[in-house]
Amino acid sequence: MSSPGPDTAGSNPPRALEISGLTHAFGQNKALDDVNFTIDPSRFCVLLGLNGAGKTTLFSLVTRLYSNTSGAIRVYGHDVRRSPGAALQRLGVVFQQRTLDLDLTVMQNLLYHAALHGFTPREARARAESQLERVKLLDRAKDKARRLSGGQMRRVEIARALLHDPQLLLLDEPTVGLDIDSRRDILERTVALCQDDQLAVLWATHLIDEVTPESQIVMLHHGKVVADGSHDAVLSGSATENISAAFAKLTQDKAVGSAAA
Amino acid sequence: MTSAPVPNRSEVSGLSLSGYLNCMRGIVWREALRFLQQRERFVAALVRPLVWLFIFAAGFRSVLGVSIIPPYETYVLYEVYVTPGLVGMIQLFNGMQSSLSMVYDREMGNMRTLLISPYPRWFLLTSKLMAGVAVSLLQVAVFLAITWFWEVEPPLFGYLAVIPALILSGLMLGALGMLLSSGIKQLENFAGIMNFVIFPMFFASSALYPLWRMKETSPLLYEICQYNPFTYIVELIRFALYGQLNLQALAIVAGFTVVFLGGAIFAYNPSKGLIARRGGPGGNAPGPKGG
Repeated sequence: MSSPGPDTAGSNPPRALEISGLTHAFGQNKALDDVNFTIDPSRFCVLLGLNGAGKTTLFSLVTRLYSNTSGAIRVYGHDVRRSPGAALQRLGVVFQQRTLDLDLTVMQNLLYHAALHGFTPREARARAESQLERVKLLDRAKDKARRLSGGQMRRVEIARALLHDPQLLLLDEPTVGLDIDSRRDILERTVALCQDDQLAVLWATHLIDEVTPESQIVMLHHGKVVADGSHDAVLSGSATENISAAFAKLTQDKAVGSAAA
Repeated sequence: MTSAPVPNRSEVSGLSLSGYLNCMRGIVWREALRFLQQRERFVAALVRPLVWLFIFAAGFRSVLGVSIIPPYETYVLYEVYVTPGLVGMIQLFNGMQSSLSMVYDREMGNMRTLLISPYPRWFLLTSKLMAGVAVSLLQVAVFLAITWFWEVEPPLFGYLAVIPALILSGLMLGALGMLLSSGIKQLENFAGIMNFVIFPMFFASSALYPLWRMKETSPLLYEICQYNPFTYIVELIRFALYGQLNLQALAIVAGFTVVFLGGAIFAYNPSKGLIARRGGPGGNAPGPKGG
């Protein structure tokens, strides 16, 4: 099977992630309501939203855990529904849940993931070693995953997500359950990796202090995008002084608006 | 530090045939690693049929005479009769156990790492089934080696002929387990299904007693056994072990394999199956949330 070409007409060069007209409902409840936004290559994008805003649903749709029934999701121009293989090859994912196999060693976890992307055992090992080196955990390669701390597990999961050289990295609340030092460590590492690899990143969080001044911000509230733009653009758009105030204002307004409607 | 030959960004290669093989090998390898780490599971898988053979069969031997029925050419001991049924039992338990591991995988989130592989989902699920079949072949091989010393001595050719039969029956039972696992939300619910699937399937089949005997006692039960796919698994294995092909059993087992496998792939299909409707594995279905 050969990788089909990008499905998009136009948009040249293709966006790292392009979401257009995406609506998804579970029964009566609209988890996502006409979501549109794009991320350019090499951009660090923070998807900011409270619990239940629709972040996890969005991730599940982009990673094709289940299919979108309306709208389109494209990864570097590849529609995830029409050519899922080509889209998934370009995606690296760190899930909100811990997904390491605790009974296997760190290295075995990484080798398994590399095999799932079709690498030979030899190439898999080389890639695993170089990624572990980058997150400074090569010396723990032979340890059972169970023996790692929460922060170390996350670093292994990031190394794993980067094994197959993705061009877009998705992280769903990657700092949940970590202490302040580990949180900062994970965030700084990811920003650095993103720059080194010229990787686009979609970082979902409900923590406002994880927004950096350089990042693109997409605010999601009750399944709707309420703000999308650079840090400064969001501030000026909402006429506020900082992201925290902007977030409070935008999510509050919408809540009132939808209640009134 | 060894650096991997990192491909040029602009040319992500497609999914090659060797990539498919590496992917399947990785899935089987992980299952084997997990299996080796659970020694108890291996021992339990062996002890179960051996208890049946050593105790149950020994007791039954005097009660139950088995007349000459194909594929046997002479009178056989009850132990000889029951061995193919116990081989089927190993595979039945194994098939359900690997679906138990699917539920575990889903709860632990490992299922999601499997499903973000770029390979097609039917291929990932079939590979997962093949991994379970490989484990069951290992268990059966050790079991048959032990029964050899218990005067169960099929022809040598039979040991070869039984392998394809075991692969097919293992696939069918694994696919059934996978189909069941898709409908189960939590590990706890699985125990009930084990009781409602494993025991009826095993007892209402030709594993422990020839069907003609069943017919004498209860025509109704005989009918039920006739509709039980596990009966045909046992007969397929029994005939293969003696170097013969039971075409009817082959056709029925192959048919059920297709149906169960199709059902399992459907259930795990991102746009159609149960997962899509329920909101996905992991238990955190984004259902109605207070907003």
